[in-house]
Amino acid sequence: MSDVALAEGASSGSPAPQFAGRGSPRSLLGSVVQRRESTVVVVTIGVLIYFALRTSTLYSVANIITIAQYIASIAVLGAAQVLLLVLAEIDLSQGQVYLTAPWFVYLLWADGIAFGWAVAITLACCVIIGAINGIVLVWLKVPSLIVTLAVNYALFGLVLVESNAIQQNMPGTTGHLGIWLGIGSWSTILWALGISTIIWVLLKRTRFGTHVTATGGNELAAAEAGVPVGRVKIWCFMISSLAAGFMGILDAIRIQSINPGNSGLDIVLPAIVAAVIGGTALTGGRGTIVGTVIGALFLGVLEDGFNLIGVSANWFYLVEGVVILVAMAINNQLGVLAARTRR
Amino acid sequence: MTADVAGPSSGSPSRAEDVILRTEGITKRFGAVVALRGVDMHLERGEVLGLVGDNGAGKSTFVKILTGFQPPDAGRIYLEGQEVSFHSVTDARRHGIETVYQDLALVPQLTVFQNLFLNREVTSLGKIGWLSNRRMRRLAAEYLHDIRVNVPDINAEVELLSGGQRQAIAVARATRQNAKILLLDEPLAAMGAKESTLIIDLVKDLSKNRGMSMIVIDHNYTHLFELCDRLNVIQQGRVTVNKRVSETSVEELTELMVAEYRRQVREGQAPTGS
Ligand SMILES: Nc1ncnc2c1ncn2[C@@H]1O[C@H](COP(=O)(O)OP(=O)(O)OP(=O)(O)O)[C@@H](O)[C@H]1O
Ligand SMILES: [Mg+2]
Repeated sequence: MSDVALAEGASSGSPAPQFAGRGSPRSLLGSVVQRRESTVVVVTIGVLIYFALRTSTLYSVANIITIAQYIASIAVLGAAQVLLLVLAEIDLSQGQVYLTAPWFVYLLWADGIAFGWAVAITLACCVIIGAINGIVLVWLKVPSLIVTLAVNYALFGLVLVESNAIQQNMPGTTGHLGIWLGIGSWSTILWALGISTIIWVLLKRTRFGTHVTATGGNELAAAEAGVPVGRVKIWCFMISSLAAGFMGILDAIRIQSINPGNSGLDIVLPAIVAAVIGGTALTGGRGTIVGTVIGALFLGVLEDGFNLIGVSANWFYLVEGVVILVAMAINNQLGVLAARTRR
Repeated sequence: MTADVAGPSSGSPSRAEDVILRTEGITKRFGAVVALRGVDMHLERGEVLGLVGDNGAGKSTFVKILTGFQPPDAGRIYLEGQEVSFHSVTDARRHGIETVYQDLALVPQLTVFQNLFLNREVTSLGKIGWLSNRRMRRLAAEYLHDIRVNVPDINAEVELLSGGQRQAIAVARATRQNAKILLLDEPLAAMGAKESTLIIDLVKDLSKNRGMSMIVIDHNYTHLFELCDRLNVIQQGRVTVNKRVSETSVEELTELMVAEYRRQVREGQAPTGS
C-alpha cells in the first residue's frame, strides 16, 4: 500500500506490531471445543453407532435412501433458516410455503399451464411470499416471529379453502423432468446438498454473507457502515421461501401426492431444531450450515432407527425433546469453555 | 449565526473557496426532543475543527447528519460550495466523508479484518461478491502495521478485543480511505494514554501530510487544544462559541459557555434543574 508515510507521525522506535496468532499452537481439545458443530457431530456419531449395533439394516442402500429422502427438506429448510437465525430473525412460514407450493403447481397445471411453467410461476410466488415477510418486518417493524406465523396461517387457510382439504395427485411424476425433480431416488438429497452448499457459500464466502452476519451481530453498526440492513433481511426471507417452496415441490413429486391437511409448523420446527442443535445461536451473528445439515442427519437417523428396531414412534418425540435439551446445554457449556481456551 | 458570541474576526474563514464544508440551519428533532435547532458551522480545507458540548447537546446527531446516516429535518449542507443532500452513508462516503462513530460501529462477531473492510469488502466475480479474504487480510495487516496499531490477531473476533483496541480499529477503518473530510466522534474515549497519543499523532499526520479536513468531538480540552485549529461549542443544539485555538484558552471557553448558559436560562430555553 501507499500509506507508509502515515507512520511518520507516530513515534519511531516502538516495537514492531505483532500480527501473528495468539502464540502457542492450539491444542486439539481447544480446536474441537471451538467448533460450533462439535456437539452435533458427537451425538450423531453416537446414534449412528447405537442403531448400527441394534439393527443390521441401518446401512443397507434402501435404508440410506430412506434416510436421505427424509432429511433432504429438513436440511435445506434448516440451512435457509440459518440465514434468518444469523439475522436474529426467524421464518415460521417456511413449512407452510413448502406445503403450499405443490398446491400452486397443481392448480396452475389443472388450469392447463405446462408443468415446467407451473413450477416456475410457483417459485416466483414463493419469492413474493418471502418478500412480504421481509417487507412487513422491515417497514412495519412487526417481529418476524409474528409476521411469519401470520403468513403461515394465512397460507394454511388459503390451501384449505382452495382444496376443501381433499388430497390430490401431484402432476409431473412422469417424464424426464420428474426424475430430476424428486422421482429419482437420489434426486432430492442431491438437490439438498447442492442448495445447502450454495447457502453455505453465500453465508461464508460472499459479501452478502458478511452483511448478513453484520446485520445480525450489530444492526446499528452495520447500518452506520452503510450496509443496507433492510434489504439484506428482505433478501434472506426471499431465499428462505424460495428454498422451502422448491423442496416442497420436490417432495410432493417424490411421494406423488399433495395432502392439504398437513400443518406447516410440523415441517418448519424440525428444520429449526436441526439448525439449533447444529450450533446456530438464536441471538444472531453466528450460524453454521454444516452443523445444520448434520443436525438434519441426526433427526433422520433417530427417527429411522426407532422404526428399524421396532420401538413405537411415540418414543421418538420423547427422545428428540431430551436430546435437544442436552445438546443445547452442551453447546452452551462448550461456548463458555471455548471463550476460555481462546484467551 | 455563529457570530452571536464570537466576533466575526476570530472564526470566519478568509475566503469562500477555503471552506470545504458548510452547514446552514441544520435542525433535527426526535419526537419531543429537539436535538439540533439550527446549526450553522463551516470547516476550512485542511483544518481540524473541534466540537465540544455537554452530554446530549447534539454533537453526535450533527455528525450522523453530515455522514448521511440520518436526514436533517431542515437546513442545508454545502460541500465545496455545492449544496448536497446525502441519502445514505454510502452516498456521503462517495463524496469523501468518512466517520468514526461514537459507538464505533463494529460487529463483535466479525474479525478485525472483516470489520476494517465492512461494506467495502474486496471482492471478485462481480455481482456475486466473492470475498478476497487473503487480500483483505494482507491489506489489513499492512495498514495496521503502517499506522502502528497493535492488535493481537487480525483474524480474532472483535468481541475479544479491549475497548481501546476496538477504538483503534474503528479509527483505522475511517482513516484507511483517502477521505476529504474525516468526522471523529469521541475517538479517544476509551483509550489509554499511549494509545491516545498514537491516535492523536495519526490524526495530526493525516491533517498535515494529507491535507484532510476533520471534525473532532471530544470532552477533553487538553486533547482538543493539542489537535484542533478551531473550536465550536454546541449548547442546546446550537453553535454558541466559535474560536480559534490560538486565540482562546480553556478559561475563556468555559466563561463563554457559562455566559451562554445563563443567557439561555434567563430566556427560558435551558433546563434549570441540576
Ligand atoms: N435516535 C434517536 N432517537 C431519539 N432521541 C435521540 C436519538 N439520537 C439522539 N437523540 C437525542 O438527541 C439529543 C442529542 O443527542 P446526541 O447523541 O447528539 O448528543 P451528544 O452531544 O453526542 O452527547 P454525548 O456527549 O453524550 O455523546 C439527546 O437528547 C438524545 O437523547
Ligand atoms: Mg455523542
